[in-house]
Amino acid sequence: MHIRYFAWLRQRVGVAEETVAPPAEVGDVAGLLAWLKARGAPYDTAFEPDAAIRVAINQVYARRETPVHAGDEVAFFPPVTGG
Amino acid sequence: MSVSVQEADFDVAAEIQAVTAGRCDIGGLAVFIGLVRDLAERADGDPPGSMTLEHYPGMTERQIEEIEAEANVRWPLLATRVVHRVGRLEPGDRIVLVIAASAHRAAAFDACQFLIDWLKTRAPFWKLEQAGDAPGRWVDARASDEDAAARWQGSPPTAG
Repeated sequence: MHIRYFAWLRQRVGVAEETVAPPAEVGDVAGLLAWLKARGAPYDTAFEPDAAIRVAINQVYARRETPVHAGDEVAFFPPVTGG
Repeated sequence: MSVSVQEADFDVAAEIQAVTAGRCDIGGLAVFIGLVRDLAERADGDPPGSMTLEHYPGMTERQIEEIEAEANVRWPLLATRVVHRVGRLEPGDRIVLVIAASAHRAAAFDACQFLIDWLKTRAPFWKLEQAGDAPGRWVDARASDEDAAARWQGSPPTAG
C-alpha cells in the first residue's frame, strides 16, 4: 500500500510518500489511520485535528469507513485551498 | 472540457481564442481570473510575501474534470476551460482561469461561478504563504468557500 501526504501533513510526517504493509485486520481508512498513529512519533500527533484530515483512495475522495486494500494509493491531506 | 495544471502563466486572450476558434454557436463566455493577493502577515516595510501552490498530480486533473462534467450536466454548455497554476507565485500573479461558454449568458455566468466554487473546495491544491525567510504558513480553508460551494447542492440548472 502506497501512502502519500500533502501540505502541512507532509511536513509533519517528514516524508511525501511511503510504502507500508499494514496487517490484514486493517480493513478501512479509520483502521489504517489508527495503525499509522500506533507507529509512534511523528504519526501519533501528525493527524490532529482528525476532523481536518481528508483522505483519497486511488485519487478519489474517501471516508473513514471506506475499505482499503493492498496495492491502493491512499493520500492524506488537509482541507484544500486552491482557486 | 479541458484542464491544465501548470507552473507557467496563461494568456487569457489566447485561451478565449482557443475556446471560440472555428465555431459560431457560442453566444457568450463567462471568464473568471483569480489573482494572488498579498495575505502574509508581516511588519510594515517587509517585502510582499510569495505564495507556493502544492497539488496532488493526477487527482487534481481528475477532480477538475469531474467538476467540469458536473457543470455540463447542469447547464447547456458548449465549452469549458480551466487552467490552474502551481509552484511559486507572487502577489498580483494570475493563479486560476475558468471559462464557461454557452449559447446564452445565464448558463455561462452560472456555470463559471459553479466551476470556481467547486474547484476551491474539491480540487487538491494547497497554498503556502511565505514572507522573507520565514518558514511559511499554510492557508486555512475558509468556511465561506464551503458555503459558496454548498449553495449549488441540489440547485436546479438555470434555463439555457
